[in-house]
Amino acid sequence: MQQTVPAQAQPLLRVENLQTHLYLRRGVLKAVDGVSLAVGTGETLGLVGESGCGKTMTCLSILRLLPKQSGRIVEGQVWLDGIDLTRLPEQEMARQWRGRRVAMVTQDPMTSLNPVFTVGDQVGAPLRAHGLASGARGVRDAAVKVLRHVRIPSAETRLDDYPHQFSGGMRQRVVSAMALACQPRLLILDEPTSNLDVTIQVQMIELFRELQNDSGLGIILITHDLGVAAAICHRVAVMYAGRIVEVGDVRTIYRRAAHPYTRALLDSIPHLGVRRERLASIGGQPPSLIDPPSGCRFAPRCAHRTAQCEREYPPEIQLAPHHTVACWHPLHEQA
Amino acid sequence: MLGYLLRRLAQGLLSIVGASIVIFVISRLSGDPIVLLLPSEAPPALIEQVRHDMGLAEPVWRQYLIFAGKALGGDFGNSYRWQAPALSLVLDRLPATIQLAFAGLAFSILLAVPFGVLSAVYRGSWFDTFGKGFAMLGQAMPNFWVGLLLILVFAIHLDWLPAYGHGTLAHLVMPAIALGWYPVAAQTRIVRSAMLDVLDSDYIRMGRAVGNPEWLLVWKYALRNAAIPLVTVLGVYFAAMLGGAFIVETVFAWPGVGRMVVEAVFSRDFPVVQAGVLLTSVLFVGANLLVDLSYGIIDPRIRYDH
Repeated sequence: MQQTVPAQAQPLLRVENLQTHLYLRRGVLKAVDGVSLAVGTGETLGLVGESGCGKTMTCLSILRLLPKQSGRIVEGQVWLDGIDLTRLPEQEMARQWRGRRVAMVTQDPMTSLNPVFTVGDQVGAPLRAHGLASGARGVRDAAVKVLRHVRIPSAETRLDDYPHQFSGGMRQRVVSAMALACQPRLLILDEPTSNLDVTIQVQMIELFRELQNDSGLGIILITHDLGVAAAICHRVAVMYAGRIVEVGDVRTIYRRAAHPYTRALLDSIPHLGVRRERLASIGGQPPSLIDPPSGCRFAPRCAHRTAQCEREYPPEIQLAPHHTVACWHPLHEQA
Repeated sequence: MLGYLLRRLAQGLLSIVGASIVIFVISRLSGDPIVLLLPSEAPPALIEQVRHDMGLAEPVWRQYLIFAGKALGGDFGNSYRWQAPALSLVLDRLPATIQLAFAGLAFSILLAVPFGVLSAVYRGSWFDTFGKGFAMLGQAMPNFWVGLLLILVFAIHLDWLPAYGHGTLAHLVMPAIALGWYPVAAQTRIVRSAMLDVLDSDYIRMGRAVGNPEWLLVWKYALRNAAIPLVTVLGVYFAAMLGGAFIVETVFAWPGVGRMVVEAVFSRDFPVVQAGVLLTSVLFVGANLLVDLSYGIIDPRIRYDH
């Protein structure tokens, strides 16, 4: 089950102090507020947190696919392959990066495919857009290859089928095929398994792991499910209210979570065979990101809070070589 | 598919029969045609004689059955006024009306689709605002007025187009614009709101995330999804154009069915009214059937077999 971090993981992606604001009628929402993270070649980073904590906005910022009217990156850099994506003109971003070197699989396989075009057309489109295949015959052959790559049976004939003729798991494979068509270096998976049956979730996880072993793909997995994260990720970054509160390799996070929020997330996973009166949950709600508190953002919901927590945002503390936490009173539990 | 088609054809036939009954009864409520056909000093015996000869002395239900029986064989009776078969009179005029309705519809679509798409893509921009104002203006202008304005500008002042008549493509331009003007606004709004929905969908976001160019996403992947609500209303608009054509036909002296039927109503020329209305209802039913069948071409999820 456990994965080891590949030796000397090359930082494929480095996000530095990313700040993304959404300009809404209610005010400026600081959706991403100083996020830094790195993903190595062949590494899977889990980005974990409640909905609304900025996971998806972080990834949309990397791809520069923020809502046109309201979203803007106001600060920070996104380095991929040594290029700062935040500085690229949109034209270049679309032609040479999006889909080509970094791609994203959106949340719901049932709605991520266009219902009125064939699967072959949709898988072929990015290949054509990035000039990797041309001509009806060429695009078709290339699309078949990609569909085979994600293990879709009898790909040649299924190419002419429409999305509604596929099962949920197969649709997720088709969506993955679209994202992987141009062999990107970095793949962002936004809750790729949350709408699937458990057996199909396992199959998808296996598939992504195989693909990663084959090609050295870097993956960011957005999820609120620490179980899925444990199964597939090398490292986990926990996000809360627009900031990363704890990063560590998956074993450390699960055994020695230092941030009370991480601990609370872990405690809220129901365990088979453990009798409880009711499922553990975290009381209270995340703070508004329009006018966030100056202190630790988790403080109002934290059992360990002190006056200091409410006053000042905690600095990042290095607990171990691959384990950092932003907390005034990190928990030190032994496994 | 075949079962669906047969069922729809049967329904359509029922609508046509219904329309024929309604028009048959209503036209007879409009007055006595004999009064218009004979001089006012005609003796009552002669009036009764003519009434009997024309089959108008029978009870209405009997008249209808006789009419329906003959109509099934394609005989709609002779026009009282022109002394010629009513059906062939109407059929002679039909191509001009269909041509005008199609041209009007084509004009409205050609304008509404790009307007609607661009308004959605550039939502909230000056173009969108301009489009809204333009749409409101369009809906506030009745088609005969648009027609008169067009004649004033393009026929009289600029002398680019013929003011009336029928025959060449140049003759078609102004009547088509006058007829197609009104629905542009409503169609633009339908396309705009459908496009807004589609552009916000997961599959368009997915298309962006894999690097498809924006023009492809908008004009191919989004538009086809947004076309479904537009196609739905096209059948209705086609019917409205067949009906509304009468006014435009009058303004431009266009030799269509609409004008002929209205003249026939005034002269109580029952056979021509009946033939004209019945033919129009056949066109209406046919247009709506075509619309329903075209869904299957646009959206592969739609099946007709159950």
